[in-house]
Amino acid sequence: MLTEFWKKHENLYYALTNKKVIFGLTIVIFVFLLAVFGPMLTPYEYGDYAGEGYMPPSSQHFFGTTIDGKDVFTRTVYGLRSTLLVGVIAGTIATLVGCAVGFLAGYYGGTLFDELLMMMTNIFVVIPQLALLIVIAAFLEVRGVVVMAVIVSITAWPWTARAVRSQTLSLKNQEYVSLSKISSLNVGRILREDIASNMFSYVFMVFIQQFNGTMLATVQLEFLGLGPTKGISLGLVMQNAVNWNGIQLGMWWWAIIPGLILAVLITALYFINTGLDAAFNPRLREM
Amino acid sequence: MSKNNKNEVVMSVKNLTKIFKSGIFNPEYTTAVKDVSFDIEKGKIISLIGESGSGKTTVGKLILKLINPSSGQIIYKGQDIAEITDKKDTQKYYRRVQGIFQDPFATFNPLYRVDRVFDMIFDSYELGFSDKDEAIRKVLHDVNLNPDRTLGKFPHQLSGGQLQRLLIARALLMDVDILIADELISMLDASTRIGVLNLLVESCKKNGMAVIFITHDLNLGYYISDQSLIMYKGRLVERGATKKIYENSTHPYTKMLFEAVPEIGDRWDPEEEFLPEQVVGEVKDFYQNNQGRGFVEVEKGHSVLFSDE
Repeated sequence: MLTEFWKKHENLYYALTNKKVIFGLTIVIFVFLLAVFGPMLTPYEYGDYAGEGYMPPSSQHFFGTTIDGKDVFTRTVYGLRSTLLVGVIAGTIATLVGCAVGFLAGYYGGTLFDELLMMMTNIFVVIPQLALLIVIAAFLEVRGVVVMAVIVSITAWPWTARAVRSQTLSLKNQEYVSLSKISSLNVGRILREDIASNMFSYVFMVFIQQFNGTMLATVQLEFLGLGPTKGISLGLVMQNAVNWNGIQLGMWWWAIIPGLILAVLITALYFINTGLDAAFNPRLREM
Repeated sequence: MSKNNKNEVVMSVKNLTKIFKSGIFNPEYTTAVKDVSFDIEKGKIISLIGESGSGKTTVGKLILKLINPSSGQIIYKGQDIAEITDKKDTQKYYRRVQGIFQDPFATFNPLYRVDRVFDMIFDSYELGFSDKDEAIRKVLHDVNLNPDRTLGKFPHQLSGGQLQRLLIARALLMDVDILIADELISMLDASTRIGVLNLLVESCKKNGMAVIFITHDLNLGYYISDQSLIMYKGRLVERGATKKIYENSTHPYTKMLFEAVPEIGDRWDPEEEFLPEQVVGEVKDFYQNNQGRGFVEVEKGHSVLFSDE
């Protein structure tokens, strides 16, 4: 029965047996677990005074303490939570909007509708991301996690829209779509089997990339002091460390550890992306 | 077969024109096919011959209803196929009119095993075979393929020739009225080629299938077809029985085509080079000298385009 299942979900089988995917997925799961269960491992809140300041990592303070005695581990895992949340929300918004616009424009390729959609997309493409984000962020006095996500996704979707549009355009003119048409397949099946399934892997990878990109963009904003006005996030932890000259004062754990976690997470996501590429594309499979 | 059945017209193409438009605000127009007319007779093979970009593939796509004509009609069984919009009727039309596309690699969805092309037609149409697998294996043997080595494979694991033969097998299984074969045997080696061609001719004679053989290979056209259509820059420049066109070619482009065919034993001669610009000029002069004559029948069953206004 198990073999029957794998036969039906061949792509999943190839994805989960790909070494790069296994490697990346292990790290990503570990980081997610850290974000979910990490706060339970610490007796403090992220704003609490946890003990003596300036303490290097030890069994009591896994990631050491800040200059004013806050526990870096606590701040990191809470920060990781909200950073991941921003990434998921912003990544989802950017992917959904980008795919919707791109698919519609591609499907109605060459029409006035397509031209209008693309004109709008191109306007968003040429807006300098950082400048817009600074303006919006400065404009909103109170910024929470969700607001951050929305701000970041505004500038993230256009590239996806353009890529998805051209993908749709080329897919719908493939000769195998014509063959399905003259084989009298109904439109639903053509969209599903010939267009969507050839795009699914692509969209999935777009999501991972958007998740990645939006997370990084958020951390950048936070690092510049344009982050959420309440709560904590990885970017804020690092900004704090830099503001207090943490590294110059020898407290490398304060800024390096959260940064390292973020870097490892993003690398792992890239590994998943390249691995999935091979898994979804039969031509790249090792047989 | 009775005598009046022999020349039964299954489809007639009338003044078919297709103009492609690209861009909305600053449109550009490309005339791919202009004023093309011909009849397709039951059980006959028609060659559609022309250079790349002459519009021959577009004619095939128009007949397969993959694109809509800008003007003109395609009449099948007394009905303009542009009027076939209903899902059921479209299915009925495709049950009788089929095509094989130019690029076998692009004709297979890379995510599915090659069997899918057979599964699709068995899903959509009532083909009248009691045993599906048996029928597929038999037709694969007919096109010189080993079923055990082809079925269950992904498209990228097979060669272009094998994929092409799978598509031919698919068309043969369907036993259609009209088959549009676009560069059908371009990827087959010489030894398989004749076998597949004979198979097609046999199917035509036996089941009354008409084939539109789109090709740029004159020898092939001569070998296989009853009628020939020569296309040049979207226009039908010469139309008629293959033999008549070959013996008495009139249009300068057709003449050039024949002169350009190398024969076995010929060697390349730099003096005899035929430049494309030269043909363009010759065709222009030809049209100018015959101004106002249009598309004229020069002998019974042989027409030539004398001027293109």
